[in-house]
Amino acid sequence: MPDWNDHIRKQLAGLRLAPAREAEIADELAQHADDRYRELRNGGATEEEARRITLDELTGHEVLAGELRSIEHTNAPEAVVPGAGNKGHFLAGLAQDLRYGFRTLRKSPGFTAVAILALAIGIGANTAIFSVVNGVLLLPLAYPDPDRLLKIFETTSEFSQSSVAYPNYIDWRRESRSFTGMGAYRSDDFNFTGAGDPEQLSGEYVSASLFPVLGVTPFLGRNFLPEEDRQGAACSVMLTYGFWQRRFGGDRNIVGKNLTLNAASCTVVGVTASNFRFRDDAQIFIPNEQWNGVELHSRESHPGLRVIGRLKPGITIQAAQAEMAAISNGLARQYPATNAGHGAIVVRWKDNMVQNIRPTLLLLVGAVGFVLIIACANVANLLLARSTARRREFAIRAALGAARGRVVRQLLTESVLLSLGAAAIGLLLARWGTSLILAAAPGTLPRAAEIGIDPYVLLFTLVVSIVTGILFGLAPAFQGANANPQESLKEGTRGAGGGRHRAEGIFVAVEIGLAVILLVGAGLMMQSVWRLLQVDPGFNTRSVLTMEVALSPKVMASPADIRLAYWQLLGRVASIPGIQSAAITSMVPLGDGDSEIGFWPGTGPQPPDDRMTSAMFYIVTPDYPAVMQVPLHRGRFFTERDNTASPPVAVIDDVMANHLFPGQDPVGRQISLIMLGSVQIVGVVGHVKQWGLDTDDTNKIRDQIYFPVLQVPDKFMSAGVTGLTLALRTGPEPLSMVSAVRAKVAGPTRDQPIYAVRTMEQVISGSLAERRFTMLMLIIFASTALLLAAVGIYGVMSYAVTRRIRELGIRAALGASRQEIVRLVLRQGMKLAAIGMAAGLVAAFALTRFMADLLYGVRPADPVTLLAVTLLLGGIALLACYIPARRATAVDPVIALRYE
Amino acid sequence: MEDHAIDREWKKGSAELLLLSLLEALPRHGYEISKLIEQRSHGTLRFHAASLYPLLYRIEKRGWIQGRWVEKSGQRRRRYYRLTAQGRKVLAAQRQGWQAFVEAISRITGVENA
Repeated sequence: MPDWNDHIRKQLAGLRLAPAREAEIADELAQHADDRYRELRNGGATEEEARRITLDELTGHEVLAGELRSIEHTNAPEAVVPGAGNKGHFLAGLAQDLRYGFRTLRKSPGFTAVAILALAIGIGANTAIFSVVNGVLLLPLAYPDPDRLLKIFETTSEFSQSSVAYPNYIDWRRESRSFTGMGAYRSDDFNFTGAGDPEQLSGEYVSASLFPVLGVTPFLGRNFLPEEDRQGAACSVMLTYGFWQRRFGGDRNIVGKNLTLNAASCTVVGVTASNFRFRDDAQIFIPNEQWNGVELHSRESHPGLRVIGRLKPGITIQAAQAEMAAISNGLARQYPATNAGHGAIVVRWKDNMVQNIRPTLLLLVGAVGFVLIIACANVANLLLARSTARRREFAIRAALGAARGRVVRQLLTESVLLSLGAAAIGLLLARWGTSLILAAAPGTLPRAAEIGIDPYVLLFTLVVSIVTGILFGLAPAFQGANANPQESLKEGTRGAGGGRHRAEGIFVAVEIGLAVILLVGAGLMMQSVWRLLQVDPGFNTRSVLTMEVALSPKVMASPADIRLAYWQLLGRVASIPGIQSAAITSMVPLGDGDSEIGFWPGTGPQPPDDRMTSAMFYIVTPDYPAVMQVPLHRGRFFTERDNTASPPVAVIDDVMANHLFPGQDPVGRQISLIMLGSVQIVGVVGHVKQWGLDTDDTNKIRDQIYFPVLQVPDKFMSAGVTGLTLALRTGPEPLSMVSAVRAKVAGPTRDQPIYAVRTMEQVISGSLAERRFTMLMLIIFASTALLLAAVGIYGVMSYAVTRRIRELGIRAALGASRQEIVRLVLRQGMKLAAIGMAAGLVAAFALTRFMADLLYGVRPADPVTLLAVTLLLGGIALLACYIPARRATAVDPVIALRYE
Repeated sequence: MEDHAIDREWKKGSAELLLLSLLEALPRHGYEISKLIEQRSHGTLRFHAASLYPLLYRIEKRGWIQGRWVEKSGQRRRRYYRLTAQGRKVLAAQRQGWQAFVEAISRITGVENA
């Protein structure tokens, strides 16, 4: 009998029928052809004749294809068989797939729960990190046309991005043509009194132009007027929405009322919009020129002023940069003493805001992606094991005419269902994880208030879960679709192709490899933080309490009064039992702020700015070295007698001594300080790591100068009243002393609050916050990875033992000892682990180079870390293999052999 | 008139009626249907596979007949078509219509209905 199939299929090929339908038609026509052929032969036709006539009738004149086309492609409803091909009814098929998928997953709740949990951890962690990345790096700033907002810095030989001298800002604003406007701001603290408890408010001095440049309008009232930003103007203040709610209960009539700030009466002109987030902890805004510090109008001083400009449409950043450079050159020629060597640099505001955190976040994105891949590999292995168990089901479907693609689709639908379920739980985990991240990283993340679950995050989670579902579903799906109906049905549930075990092995090796990378990353960060904690900061961090103090407005009548008030306050605090020594300082080592001063040797005239060097500048009281336990190397420290009545003196650190007076004794020598004049060096103390335990050694400014509080000239005294820090060495645990100190400082009128209370250990810890955050995140991800990988290898080995139970039984029956069987199973598992670890170490070697900037005191390819990770992971893999191996020894040969 | 022409002109109007009639008594498979048409028309009417099966599929899709695979031991499976309830109604209506049509033609042409 000739084979008609090819001819028929050729006719049907152009019709693009669903595979099952095509098969059905071909079958029926072939049957007809057989009958017809037999009839013709019986009637005496030759084989060739019979064949030709049959074919002619079957396919003649293209009638078949033409007729079928018009019939098969009309839309009549057709029953949908799960797993049966049906391209024409994609949506109906999808609904069917979904229903069937739900039913299948509900039938095995244990498998479903484990798979969803593993994926939920992976998806949740990714969503949490993405919501951080989204809020910090991706979302545009919440201002109109945010890409045109640029930050403009001064540049000097010592600082690539320096704060700006106020007169320079005024000149920039007047001369530049690239910007629609420019605004300036600087942070400060304000003592808020006269309305209930006194409170120290964090706020910003801003130029009247700042809010219009940002493009924001207040919720209540109006923006500042230019005339309010003039010296001598009456004080006006803008409240943030949060502060207005908190302190004034959202009083709608607040505009026009007066607040007492730093003992001055200020009129409220407005309340910012609730979504306005300039700086998260800022409570109030006051015009720049309300600040009475003499530094404001000096080109020599850079009192933390920042400048923001809005680029005109059509002007490029490069053009603005070129113009600012030209303006700076002009100023340098005009004011060589202060501006020589100073330039200007413009950068996108958002880039500037996130530039420090970007590498850390990108690292975490990579790390958390690995966690998801590991989770995927785990679930893929679970599905593979399941697809073996379901081989009969697939075989039956194939026998009923289900096309391969159709089975793949059904299985992928199931895996996507799993991952969507996991995404729902993952979102909950992510909400919780995001708040955990924010709690773990106080102050580390810029734009923290903008971090949250928004539509972009939801979209991300949806896409990730669908891609994930397809990713981990692919291998098991093809495994299932390739099931050979006959073999599977004959064979029952036992045995499976070698491909599946190969895939399983690859997945486990990949999991272990990725876990190695994460563990190495976490290990390197841990080592870095540990090494940093071993760094000697140059002072004794233990038992030191620091806090900021706001003097009562009543004691600030004159500079002499302020000096006296500080002195008396120090005396009161020092008398508290348990306080061993007390000092006041303008700057805490490793703290947030920094203060530099230009100096030159000798008593000659001031050189131009580009030929002057800067030093860190501490204004302190005599007991400062006692509190911090900074060692005195030469001469003496300050005493009470170093005051306005005596010649000005200074103490320098040994770095400056070596740099300025190499091989000589600096004591008795003169240096000159900007705005303060010449001072005599009376002592040399040890260097303190001001810039940070890690970066201090490499900073351009390392010289340190100490100056006595009692010698600060009158003109600077009032400006310096805020921001002085009280530092105390305590006998008992520092934080236990806080309430006693608070009571003593408050004074009889109870209007001198203390705030920003921290121990020096907390300050140090804060200076490591970013690294600690990175370390914590990597530890979390690495532990998760380790757990998932251990579960992965355990699962695969358990399954392998079950599969080999007959073989192991035979071995036992033939006299293999328990140890031999354990060794056999261990060898199989550890081979996978070893492959994974080797690949992981190579990859870690390549990848950790990218985190070199985040490390301290340890190289990316640190052998100790690599060895430790290998031992840890090897141990855990061994344990994960040992449990199933032990079970293998419990196999009773007789039962195992009967296991058919 | 040649076979071919009769096929085309007459079958068009009558094919559905023929198929439904043949399935009225009992389910049949495609080859059987084609043989019955040939035999009962004494070779005047012939349906080859290329036109028969599309017709079957069309009226199956309309719900007049329903196909079902049947396996008998030692044989290849065959698809048997049976008349559905709807098909039965259609058959009755078509029969009536055909009858009226043939009578009308006879009265005009003088050809006696056998």
